[in-house]
Amino acid sequence: MIDASDNQVTADEPVIRVVDLVKRFDERAVLDGVGLTVALGETMVVMGGSGCGKSTLLRHMIGSMWPDEGHVELFGEDLSEMTDERLDQARKRFGILFQSGALFNSMTVGENVALPLEEHTDLDADTIDIIVRIKLELVGLREAMDLMPAEISGGMKKRAGLARAIALDPEILFYDEPSAGLDPVTSAEIDQLIMDLSGKLGVTSVVVTHEMDSAFRIADRMAMLDAGRMLKVARRAEFEAIRDGAATGEETTDLIRQFLRGDSQGPITARRLSGDYERDILGAAGSA
Amino acid sequence: MAVLGRQRGRIEGVGARALSGLRYAGGMALLLGEAARWTFRGLFSPKVRFSWHAVAEQVVRVGLRSVAIVALVQVFIGVILALQMTPPLEPWGQVDKVANIIGVAGFRMLGPIITAVVLSGFAGASIAAELGTMVVAEEIEALEATALNPVRFLVVPRVLATFVVVLLLTVLADWMIALGGYIASLIIHAAPAGYWMRMREQLLYRDFVTGLVQAGVFGILISLIACHEGLKVRGGAEGVGRATTMTVVYSIVAIIAAAAVFTAIFYVFEL
Repeated sequence: MIDASDNQVTADEPVIRVVDLVKRFDERAVLDGVGLTVALGETMVVMGGSGCGKSTLLRHMIGSMWPDEGHVELFGEDLSEMTDERLDQARKRFGILFQSGALFNSMTVGENVALPLEEHTDLDADTIDIIVRIKLELVGLREAMDLMPAEISGGMKKRAGLARAIALDPEILFYDEPSAGLDPVTSAEIDQLIMDLSGKLGVTSVVVTHEMDSAFRIADRMAMLDAGRMLKVARRAEFEAIRDGAATGEETTDLIRQFLRGDSQGPITARRLSGDYERDILGAAGSA
Repeated sequence: MAVLGRQRGRIEGVGARALSGLRYAGGMALLLGEAARWTFRGLFSPKVRFSWHAVAEQVVRVGLRSVAIVALVQVFIGVILALQMTPPLEPWGQVDKVANIIGVAGFRMLGPIITAVVLSGFAGASIAAELGTMVVAEEIEALEATALNPVRFLVVPRVLATFVVVLLLTVLADWMIALGGYIASLIIHAAPAGYWMRMREQLLYRDFVTGLVQAGVFGILISLIACHEGLKVRGGAEGVGRATTMTVVYSIVAIIAAAAVFTAIFYVFEL
């Protein structure tokens, strides 16, 4: 499936390198000089509150959005310099689990998983059928093969989406909020799957999430994104130390700490409360 | 001459509209180009797969449901034409010319145009809703991420299918209009004898062919507008609703405008 011309990444080179990424929507910088590297085989968890830019970052890494400044390298190659054909080749080397699962609703679960195999390989129908069964078994969904996406639950949709994402045996897996909207048990099951895939198959994983339980379960390293800036990238143990330690008085660390602990008071909420409150109120009166 | 702020606002408004109109036309042209490129590559390049199966699936989806409606509407059109033309022709003793007129009007213009309008409601709206829903459910992104080009995978089969369907339905429609005219003539005793013969004497091949040429273009317009509207959906269910409405509105405008252009061209070249 992989061309001999494809770049192979050695263990000490990063598989993904994000350099000084800037993305603006209507002049507002959603990503403001973000950098990140992900090494071969590791599980990187990108955390951050709603609207911090983590999904935007993910979309740049899969080549569905293009940066205003900076660039993203996959397997040592700049995504924005690739031709469409080259980009499609790169896309066959990674899989994505979308937030909603993003199954094709007009196809059965089995057909969804079979689609990348039918389109990108020359395998015959019987072989594809076997692979589809194996992939579905891997996510515990073999019995749902002939069901339509509308007939299965949210958790099953995500697992089916994961089966489709791993159909072509990707080297990188991207997960967009894998446990959002799932009950704790299903969410733990998905986490287990993520860990299995990375442990057994050696897949490099990038997980975008704001579910802290899940993040600490699966991460090798973690990255904290806030208001379009990368606050900290470190091993999981360092983040655990911040979470479990006392407040330091240093703003960035305390901000991360509040996020990790889910406290209702701290720098994040203080920032929201201060700011332009007076001007908002008085400004409205002044202009009237 | 000094331009007042208020006037400038108006002038800018006109400019902005013109720009957005141009942008829309440009987007359509790009989509047409992409669709043509993928069709061509699908047919002639061994590296790109072309799925006749997907086209056939869409033909069934778009076409089968529309057959009965198109037939029904066109019979009514024939009836209306015959009933409206008979009284003014009667004093001149020309009632038998109803067959000739219905033949030309039906085959050249009303067959293709009414079929296309019905299809824009049927096929166009459903294509826009389907693609729009796929955008909202991240399915389009998932396609791209699976290295499947949405234009090749979704747009090409729908455009080809609509093209084929509109041609087939137009052939049916032409005869249904003629049939409607005949039925009306029978009922009001307006020279039904020799109706079919007179129509056949009147009709030339080019009446039929120019009608089909227009129908084909209408089909491409409808499906391109529907795909364009569907793929640019933003903002959930509301966006999908807007896309279906705009598809029908723009399609009908585009069909009538294209018909006017065609008629002018056929007039100039005496076709």
